[in-house]
Amino acid sequence: MKLSQYLLALVCPIIILSSCKKSNDEVTPDSKSTFSIEFENQVNGSPLVLNTTTYKNAKGEDFKINVFKYYVSNIKLSKADGTTYLIPESYFLIDASKAESTNITLKNVPTGDYTKIEYTIGVDYARNFAGAQTGALDPINGMFWTWNSGYIFVKLEGTSPQSAATGNMLTFHIGGVTDPNNTIRTFATDINTANPLRVRTDGKPNMHFIVNAAALFTGKTDISFATLNFTMGGANSVIVANNYANGLFRLDHIHN
Amino acid sequence: MLRKITVIAVLLISIAMMYACSKNEDELTPEEKKITFSVPANFPAPAYNFEDNKLTNAGFALGKKLFYEARLSADKSVSCGSCHQQFAAFTQLDHKVSHGVNNCQGKRNTPPLFNLAWQKAFFWDGGVKNIETSPLNAITDACEMGTDIQTIVAFLKNTAPYPDLFKQAFGSTEINSQLILKSITQFTAVLVSGNSKYDKVMRKESGTSFTPTEQAGYNLFKEKCTGCHAEPFFTDFSYRSNGLDLVSSDEGRSHITGLASDFGKFRVPTLRNIEYTSPYMHDGRFYSLDEVIEHYNSGVKASANLDAQLKNGIPLSSTEKEQIKAFLKTLTDNEFIKNTLYSES
Repeated sequence: MKLSQYLLALVCPIIILSSCKKSNDEVTPDSKSTFSIEFENQVNGSPLVLNTTTYKNAKGEDFKINVFKYYVSNIKLSKADGTTYLIPESYFLIDASKAESTNITLKNVPTGDYTKIEYTIGVDYARNFAGAQTGALDPINGMFWTWNSGYIFVKLEGTSPQSAATGNMLTFHIGGVTDPNNTIRTFATDINTANPLRVRTDGKPNMHFIVNAAALFTGKTDISFATLNFTMGGANSVIVANNYANGLFRLDHIHN
Repeated sequence: MLRKITVIAVLLISIAMMYACSKNEDELTPEEKKITFSVPANFPAPAYNFEDNKLTNAGFALGKKLFYEARLSADKSVSCGSCHQQFAAFTQLDHKVSHGVNNCQGKRNTPPLFNLAWQKAFFWDGGVKNIETSPLNAITDACEMGTDIQTIVAFLKNTAPYPDLFKQAFGSTEINSQLILKSITQFTAVLVSGNSKYDKVMRKESGTSFTPTEQAGYNLFKEKCTGCHAEPFFTDFSYRSNGLDLVSSDEGRSHITGLASDFGKFRVPTLRNIEYTSPYMHDGRFYSLDEVIEHYNSGVKASANLDAQLKNGIPLSSTEKEQIKAFLKTLTDNEFIKNTLYSES
């Protein structure tokens, strides 16, 4: 609390000062602007349509998706010179059933050309054990385990004829932050230096990521729904997290 | 015309005033004394310190009202206070396990509530790691309050006088889960029990001293029990198996960690106020302190993860048993149990 107040006190005059000498097409030191990220949810290249469309996993088994939600947090940008900027309090919950949640806006980002972006798939260790949270981390969002406190990082629910669970259910609630079942994963991608993320006072770029929900079930370990159709933390969640660590997100393009 | 408006206005105001009068029973009488969180001189620094949750009389009063609000549960019959009764040091007297909505019986004994600000993990298995998020477990458990925080937020938003009380406590009529949990914590974290006879002896207050039997019991206790029930909380907050069963029917701590080495282990419970927290153990199997002491004397079973200190039990003569029991009763804090500040008003 105190720290953020000091930060605010520090940042405010900087913003005021910098806004005075803002020029249109130059990157002025200390100026800030906005960019956005769109997460386009897909399944193996097809649009993700909840409840109705049938998809196939890597084992050739049919499945449908009813719920698909995930956290993206601690977004960090890097410039070519190696300097980085961690966007403070960047916690976002993307919910395939809520279109507005799939496009997130990052404000007060220092202007500049960024050539790398990384973020946590899920929620960092400390925040899992912090007190009552609000916004994206509000337990009201149904992404918080109450009996073994901590966040569900990725939640996929659906059905598959191969699942022997009641109602052929698929229940993949991935979370847990303590070894040996830590499921915190970081995603990082370089941005083409020819077309970096150009954050400008007069330009608000949009990054477009493709999110492949089927990545939960393939990668390090191809999952058969006949043997794994339910996980809420634990060793099986680690298998899923190791799959999606690399395959869930792909930077498709940037509109500068 | 102006007269007519004035008359109508006066009429409306008086109706509003009458309405306000009729609502008096819903209003909270603010605590006269300033609510404070005080650390007893013989306690270490707490884990929770209200840095991010400023303690106020209004916040405490709201938290207490929510704690005793049965309408938060699925069938409006169970409040936090139903299973956490002040006269039982905020556990539930005579109930082996928690007794929730729809007469559902939970699987574990209700833990008492005090000195929570020093605790870093909650419940018998330590599954919850922050006092603020602890109520969510009881709120959502099908055998406790059987509801969810979303329903509670909606109920409070639409139920007088809650929007006003949130405004008094937090400066805005906004009601969300964070503010609900923070206000409940302003009540639960303030529950400090540190005025037992034991505490007064330790602090050398006004010449309080143990009787010879209590002193003999304390000496025995330090020799045989503090390996787990460490002072001043009378727990070291670790998870252990005390050999209740050869094979525990409740997996205990391993439910949280997934480790076989944690199977059948439970958090070492505090012994403060133990005179009033019967029944005992995670499943409430023992009704008297005599049964508990006898378990350690003769009943310890060789469970898979039995604590090494209990390998041979804790053999005690009948005199020693009485002495230990006498000491345990010096851990009763009547000032805490009878403090009207914590009572449902």
